[in-house]
Amino acid sequence: MELTLSIAIGVLTGSGVWLLLRPRTYQVIIGLSLLSYAVNLFIFSMGRLRVGAAPVLGAEGALEAGYTDPVPQALVLTAIVIGFATTALFLVVLLAARGLTGSDHVDGRESR
Amino acid sequence: MMDWARHLIIVPILLPLVTGAALLLIDEVRHGLKALISMTSTLLLFAATLALMRIADGTPVGNDALSWSYAIGSWPAPFAIVLVLDRLAALMLVLTSVLAIASLGFSLARWHKAGPHFHTLFQFLLMGLGGAFLTGDLFNLFVFFEVTLAASYGLLLHGSGMFRVRSGLHYIAINLAASLLFLIGVSMIYGVTGTLNMADLAVRLPTVPPDNRMLLASGTAILGVAFLVKAGVWPLCFWLPSAYMAAAAPVAAVFVLLTKIGFYVLLRLSLLLFGSEAGELTGFGGMVLLTGGMATVAFASFGVLASQAMGRLAGYSVLVSSGTLLAAVGMGDTSVVSGALFYLVSSTLSTAALFMLIELVERAREPGADLLTVTMEAYGDEIDLEEDEPAEVGVIMPGALAVLGICYGCVVLLLAGLPPLSGFVSKFAMLTSMINLDGLGSPMEVPARTWVLVALVILSGLATLIAMMRTGIRTFWAPLELIVPRVLVVEVAPIIMLIALCFFLTLAGGGVLNYTDAAARSLHIPASYIGGVLESVAPPGNSEAVPR
Repeated sequence: MELTLSIAIGVLTGSGVWLLLRPRTYQVIIGLSLLSYAVNLFIFSMGRLRVGAAPVLGAEGALEAGYTDPVPQALVLTAIVIGFATTALFLVVLLAARGLTGSDHVDGRESR
Repeated sequence: MMDWARHLIIVPILLPLVTGAALLLIDEVRHGLKALISMTSTLLLFAATLALMRIADGTPVGNDALSWSYAIGSWPAPFAIVLVLDRLAALMLVLTSVLAIASLGFSLARWHKAGPHFHTLFQFLLMGLGGAFLTGDLFNLFVFFEVTLAASYGLLLHGSGMFRVRSGLHYIAINLAASLLFLIGVSMIYGVTGTLNMADLAVRLPTVPPDNRMLLASGTAILGVAFLVKAGVWPLCFWLPSAYMAAAAPVAAVFVLLTKIGFYVLLRLSLLLFGSEAGELTGFGGMVLLTGGMATVAFASFGVLASQAMGRLAGYSVLVSSGTLLAAVGMGDTSVVSGALFYLVSSTLSTAALFMLIELVERAREPGADLLTVTMEAYGDEIDLEEDEPAEVGVIMPGALAVLGICYGCVVLLLAGLPPLSGFVSKFAMLTSMINLDGLGSPMEVPARTWVLVALVILSGLATLIAMMRTGIRTFWAPLELIVPRVLVVEVAPIIMLIALCFFLTLAGGGVLNYTDAAARSLHIPASYIGGVLESVAPPGNSEAVPR
């Protein structure tokens, strides 16, 4: 499971960084989204991976079995909300730039 | 301590939040009412931050009660978010509110009408700044950072226009990427230590097993890179001059503070986490900050000299000051940090004054007459500034060009660090302590890199002086076609206020240095910060609200 998750994070990050460095605004925003998915998974994995465990303490407060760290899950939730909002904002700016410059190049004009 | 004073610490977050939200409900056409509410709230914020500064300054140095924490919702410290007040945080808060008053006052002439929701965004920016300076929790810091940045995206685009949208696009993309680095760093630190509370982190750091140290160090390094992007260190700073040049004048004036958050967090974390008790991680990253800061100063000095447009020149002077500050953090010495804090206040005020001054001065220029500004015109920078020229109402400033010239001269003195103003005092304080680490006349050998830094700081002052003199002569003495700009009193007043504050800083230099000394000393005793946070008790009077 660790291997699958690491590969997933790695592939997402790699594609995200590559797209982020592309000259089209649409590629940049997709790159940023992929990167934020990768980061969200990464935060989640920092709470250690456990299958079938709830992020709440049992009635006895037993720590050893059936318990997963709830803090990273709360962090991921916050990060998702913030990332969603900023991506939406970026999308608006992207459209405004497209309308004003007539080009979807990040610099507003084609490089020659 | 009285009950109300205990809750005062949350005012810098709550007041702008409530005001900003309330302003959303008021119709966009009622500019006067919106401006009145926004200004009143900012003045109240200033009063509150002054009171907080008095409280922070009242705590004795060397004592354990140096900083003072507030548990939000009365949850005990390591488990929930705390706000922490100490001298450094109080200083940054007062600086924020002073700048806010100045730039809000400036915007009242016409900028606040140039687009929707200016006042709301402005208040949210203040909220984010207040939260970032007060919070004692790493993830909460991220949240307040994002609040600040989200508001700053809106403010940067305020007034619209092609140039603004294009540099806004770059600004947002870079800051989003930096925020992702921030998250990676924070989660790595959590993964290793299991805490996000800064004080708790400082306690647990020396106990981290050696095989996890590398992971922790990389986590903090990634976190540091995120702040270095915001602080504009070379080579992560190429976005900054364009973005600051594109922003409307009052917005650019507040943005000067945004680079200082990066400095603030780096200063706080490096002294708290990697102080003398951190074992083999002591002084981690100091060398990077020092060399990065020096490279930034060098790069920005060339930038200042090469700038044709005044806005770009101001953008590069922001970089000069942030490079100097980062190098001072890298030195990490108490008295250097004290001088750097003085320099922070002085340079922030004067750079903000410069940004506002530039807008007024540019009006004196015939568009296109000055050959050197042609390149700037081609980018469509000036065109959208002229949008509501006939709408100006208010008292027109008499002798505008003379007043502007005198203000410009003062700002040059301040930024270049020439006597007699506070720019000189602060640079002098910083440089003296750099070459006399053990106090005056000590026999200690000064390392070569310190001499390089001293030379760079002085040369950057020279570069600023040359570049600004050149621009000043071109603008005030030898314009091809002299136009007396229409300048309103309400636009000049904030600039004069900021410069007068710098005069005050010069006159009260001793008192200010005492304060920054105490702030720097308390930063160098991490135990006092840790004690202030972890031994905090629930506020008196509502102890029954403590959850089980």
